[in-house]
Amino acid sequence: MSPEAPVLAAEPVPVAVVGNPNTGKSTLFNALTGATQQVGNYPGVTVERRQGTCRIEGGTTTLVDLPGTYSLAAVSRDERIVVDVLAGRLEGEPRLRAVVVVIDAANLRRNLFLASQIGELGLPMVLALNMSDEARQKEVRIDLEAFARRVGVPVVPTVATRGEGLDELRRAIGRALREPGSFAPVPWPEPLRRALDALPGELSPAERSRALFDLEPAAPLPPELGEAADRARRSLEEAGFDPVSAEAVHRYRHIDTLLDGVVTRAKPEAARRPYAVDRFLTHRFWGLLVFCLLMFLVFSSIYWLAKPLMDGIDGLFGALGVEVGSWLEGRPMVQDMVVKGVIEGVRSVVIFLPQILILFFFIAVLEDTGYMARAAFLMDKVFGWTGLNGKSFVPMLSSFACAVPAILSTRTIEDPKARLSTILVAPLMSCSARLPVYILLIGAFIEPRFGALWAGATLFAMHLLGLVVAVPIAFLINRFLLKLRTIPFLLEMPPYRRPTARNVLRRMYLSGREFVMRAGTVIFAFSILIWALTYFPRPEGLAAWVAKDNPAEGEELERQVRTAYLEQSLMGRFGKTVQPVFAPAGFDWKMTVGVLAAFPAREVIVSTLGILYAVEEDDEEGLRDRLKVARRADGSPAYTPAVALAVMVFFAFCMQCGSTVAVTAREAGWKWASFAFAYMTGLAWAAAVVVYQAGRAV
Amino acid sequence: MTLRELGLRRPADVVGVDGKGALAQRLLAMGFLPGTPVEIVHVAPFGDPITVELDGWRVSLRLSEAAALRVEPRNGSPK
Repeated sequence: MSPEAPVLAAEPVPVAVVGNPNTGKSTLFNALTGATQQVGNYPGVTVERRQGTCRIEGGTTTLVDLPGTYSLAAVSRDERIVVDVLAGRLEGEPRLRAVVVVIDAANLRRNLFLASQIGELGLPMVLALNMSDEARQKEVRIDLEAFARRVGVPVVPTVATRGEGLDELRRAIGRALREPGSFAPVPWPEPLRRALDALPGELSPAERSRALFDLEPAAPLPPELGEAADRARRSLEEAGFDPVSAEAVHRYRHIDTLLDGVVTRAKPEAARRPYAVDRFLTHRFWGLLVFCLLMFLVFSSIYWLAKPLMDGIDGLFGALGVEVGSWLEGRPMVQDMVVKGVIEGVRSVVIFLPQILILFFFIAVLEDTGYMARAAFLMDKVFGWTGLNGKSFVPMLSSFACAVPAILSTRTIEDPKARLSTILVAPLMSCSARLPVYILLIGAFIEPRFGALWAGATLFAMHLLGLVVAVPIAFLINRFLLKLRTIPFLLEMPPYRRPTARNVLRRMYLSGREFVMRAGTVIFAFSILIWALTYFPRPEGLAAWVAKDNPAEGEELERQVRTAYLEQSLMGRFGKTVQPVFAPAGFDWKMTVGVLAAFPAREVIVSTLGILYAVEEDDEEGLRDRLKVARRADGSPAYTPAVALAVMVFFAFCMQCGSTVAVTAREAGWKWASFAFAYMTGLAWAAAVVVYQAGRAV
Repeated sequence: MTLRELGLRRPADVVGVDGKGALAQRLLAMGFLPGTPVEIVHVAPFGDPITVELDGWRVSLRLSEAAALRVEPRNGSPK
């Protein structure tokens, strides 16, 4: 036996799952791997990497789920991942031992294009004819045995949503590893064959095809090969072949001969039946109306339905803090760390779960039914010109509730450029965590002076601000910053399908689990760090110094001691040091500390200001009153409506949200997370300065 | 004429794909080969993109991309 022979040892064998979009590939992958899957990113790109363990006949495999694609001709760097992994060229990726190609049984012809390209890799291969029930409904009849004989590799009909055909598929993977077949090669006409053979070096048939046929490869070929490919293409043209269309024409011709007589095509009426509702759902009036209603339902669910759950989590952790705190009475440092660092840190992760789970429920349903593609179709014109696309709508809308689930949901956007720019502008939408800040300041400075109408208008304006700014910023980012190639907007409209509870629940579970494990750790770390900065150092004798010659006693004195500690802390000193930077925006040092300490979560500014102004926790009315009478050192009022507006505008634009930073880093890498933080903070500062200076002049 | 100018619900056949780049090759890979019957089945509310039926499935594309596809309307008037 040669060392290359596929022996199924104890080591799991790496096997890839590939296929066109909308073939149910991920559902099949989920069904095969279940809870064993791990999610990560390929280095340097925003492509999700999913792998999991799958038991097969006589051993186990490590299944790798590759992004859906129609062709191995990669346009973007992200698409190129598929080719690189399949060719075993990507560093850190195992050499694949087999490929499962998932095929929409109702669309065999188009799906076999990719299968035929993959066949040239020479890897053992299995075709999973998924959604074979749908093919039956469309009256597509396939003579499976004859078809498998013609293509030369095992063919297994599956219905992944119902778990049908999975055992046969596991057996077929095992069989393909033991006795690899090969996918029927394309009988290229003589000039094409000569051109392919003329390419130099030790190349697989797949690499020859890609070098010759891909006119705009995502990564440049080695110079020698590139020149040889140019020469080969010129010789093709001289022989009367068009290098642009040669591959498609001859591959499809080959596929037609493979299908001839073994597959009866769908009758046109039967093929159209699943699209009937589109007359209504993509209608220029009714379609938009349904879209608006659906989006309103999604948004109000994440906004209002999550609220009681989040309040419940807050209550639970509050009670836990009190209980655990009472056990640690007498050890103030440990008590403070456990209650305000650890328990608060865990709370700040768990608090996102209701919104994430609810949003991913809707995303799973919208995607599984096929409606997401219609939503993108309806909205594309609105967003397309900025470089975002129709699929950016759901994340942008969700971001008005919270940017964290919104950024996670950008995974539905295939175009890497549109996805990255959506991630970068989504946090500008005014999320629910900004609301407490607006309410505090509007309540203290706008409403009493200008009345309820202006208070409402200010609140509305704050929410509009992010959206108005996001559109031009997305445009600028796309125009000048993202050096990624745009992939053509060719979006398949899948037939409407019934979502299954199993798949929807699995999507919710996986998204929640992944958030806690990946972003959760970073959010927790931020929380501990900010706790330490606001706690240390604890100068001895500070409490006594505050109490000396102080008429206050009891609780009032305790509050003043707390204020003194915070003022003395690293965070307090840091705030005083950087206050001059915020002076043009009218911030005093207390507001500056409040802004800085709000990094783990925006709403923290309210409780930080509460400590700095020595009011009881949760006493918002008390805080409002203190803010109104607060004075600067020179006796002028610390806050005016101009300062209040400047602070609100700063909060509308800034990225003072560790969780958003963590999730952005998780999805797009630390480089882009730092960029987002920097541009949003810069924008927030500049806008606050403009508002304050203008307000003062008026 | 190009697919961009074809108009709603007017059956046509693909004549060819213009351009030498990634878009042309992507369209060909998806099955927009010369001789393939195509028909615009929906136009988005704001006039762009359009949804095209070919070979029993449907794909939506922007007008700027549809301009790369040359088509020949079938004989007879639009249905």
